Amino acid sequence: MIRTKKIRNLFATPYLSWAIIFIIVPLVMVIWYGFTDSDGALTFANIASIARPEFMKSLGLSLLLSLISTVLCLIIAYPLCMILTEKKAGKAGVVILLFILPMWMNTLLRTMAWQTILEKTGILNIFLNFIHLPSIYIINKPQAIIIGMVYNFLPYMVLPLYTALSRIDDNVINAARDLGANKFQTFLHVTLPLSIPGIISGITMVFIPALTTFVLSQMLGGNKILLIGNIIEQEFTQAYDWHLGSGLSIILMVFIIINMVVEAAFDKSDEQ
Amino acid sequence: MKKTLSIIITVIIAVAAITACGSSDKTAESTTGSSDNQLYVYNWGEYIDPEVITMFEEETGINVVYDEYETNEIMYPKVAAGASRYDCICPSDYMIRKMIQNDLLQPLDWSRLPNATANIGKTYMEQSETFDPGNKYSIPYCWGTVGILYNTTMVDEPVDSWNILWDPKYKDNILMQDSVRDAFMIPLIMNGDSVNTTDPDELNDALLKLEEQKPLVQAYVIDEVRDKMISGESALGVIFSGEALYTAEENENLDYAIPKEGTNVWIDSWVIPKNAEHVDNAYTFLNYLARAEIAKMNFDYIYYPTPNTAAWELLDDDMKYNPIAFPDLTQYDNLQTYTYLGEDMDKTYDNLWIKLKSY
Repeated sequence: MIRTKKIRNLFATPYLSWAIIFIIVPLVMVIWYGFTDSDGALTFANIASIARPEFMKSLGLSLLLSLISTVLCLIIAYPLCMILTEKKAGKAGVVILLFILPMWMNTLLRTMAWQTILEKTGILNIFLNFIHLPSIYIINKPQAIIIGMVYNFLPYMVLPLYTALSRIDDNVINAARDLGANKFQTFLHVTLPLSIPGIISGITMVFIPALTTFVLSQMLGGNKILLIGNIIEQEFTQAYDWHLGSGLSIILMVFIIINMVVEAAFDKSDEQ
Repeated sequence: MKKTLSIIITVIIAVAAITACGSSDKTAESTTGSSDNQLYVYNWGEYIDPEVITMFEEETGINVVYDEYETNEIMYPKVAAGASRYDCICPSDYMIRKMIQNDLLQPLDWSRLPNATANIGKTYMEQSETFDPGNKYSIPYCWGTVGILYNTTMVDEPVDSWNILWDPKYKDNILMQDSVRDAFMIPLIMNGDSVNTTDPDELNDALLKLEEQKPLVQAYVIDEVRDKMISGESALGVIFSGEALYTAEENENLDYAIPKEGTNVWIDSWVIPKNAEHVDNAYTFLNYLARAEIAKMNFDYIYYPTPNTAAWELLDDDMKYNPIAFPDLTQYDNLQTYTYLGEDMDKTYDNLWIKLKSY
């Protein structure tokens, strides 16, 4: 018994050391920098700086854009997953594969492709002009960032949703129909509640990367739109103020933790 | 027992990993002095003919590790933090001043740079003294002006003033530089202020002007200015003179103007950081770059005006007297060079920048 436990611990060490070096230590450093000033004295000024109007505005915009993207992802993914679960396993697998396939490509490359598509002289406008429609100009605008977010993060919504929906027992749905519920009622009272765990984890997996992104806003926003991620990036790379950057990162972590607490709460109620 | 064992193993692995990181960091930047025959160069993007590096490697057997940056502001923290050890870097004037003040550079031994001593024009050495008194730390590499690149098919009126960048007619057709000093230089010059002002009111006026302009700006970019101008994505773009020659070659509709209100004249120079590991190789490389034919090769590739007068002599007359490449600076009366303004002003500028970007 002792022997197997020992061996188990031995196998755990690689991940444990990984977690310590690359998760715990950086986290402690962020918190350390966040709560100290350049002389190393304890301060809350870095955290409080979020109240500065330009930071508040960026945080608000980040929250808004990631919220819109998350809702859009949900609206796109939910019907898709419903259709997929009704399909035979083989066919559904192909469609799911098509969704995952772009994830094998580098995010930067995919975002650059969107730049080329959305540009004023880009592919989209060439096409629109070809069919005699007026060209549209959305590159370097918040709309372009939302497109980038939805495109890049949609698979993270599809996968948990599909898993949750395909786990619902057909007999449950058949029973509901048997007992007189119509299609809409079945959906509202049976399918939807049973898929909530999938919805919640999908929302988390889209919302958090969308909230913290700085590359998408940089590339599709023409450096004109400052999200909170861009400010943090700028504090670290250009302003060289690690204390302020860490302070703002802590603020962002609070939002992530809130998100995770909500998810955990739903998980628990689900188990009950 | 098992617990202590696992803890011990964890600690050992953690320590090993950390030291491994440390030493691999050093292999990437090398510990063993110049004996391993490496050279770590940190330069602006698209700022050297890659062929020059290959030729240098073949001639000397020195292995060049070449990294690039987009702005002085991105380069500085990396060097200052000591995270990466470069043997030669090519910052701009005001940034060299800052690095001198913060004791990051080593004085040059000019006797080891015979080509540079012989070939770099005297006027450029004198101009360098504004940020490097006594020419102790830097070897001029390129110089130039900042101006407006415009597409003649999209702009009908003559371009001779910064004011055109505030013309609502060109909404979403204006590219600005995504670097704080270059962006603020424009309104400061328009307002008749010094580009090195520390006066809060003057800076605030400049900020207001840039905020007024922001809705018209298509994007704040640096290296992309040239691609976007070549492809006709934008009508006007703020650009360094060196890029103007290159873009004009790719798209004949592009023309470059130095606005009459004046502009910034800059010099980028090579420096050797204090913590350089391969100082000998750095001298060999910098002396190599100052060779007339090598400097000419570089010029033919990057099109940034060279202060290397021996290389200039080798050029065709067309190019020698090309007003974009080698403008006659005497005809402009408000040419200003950036100086370093100190850490407090750095902070002020960063805050102004964030204010503009989130406006």
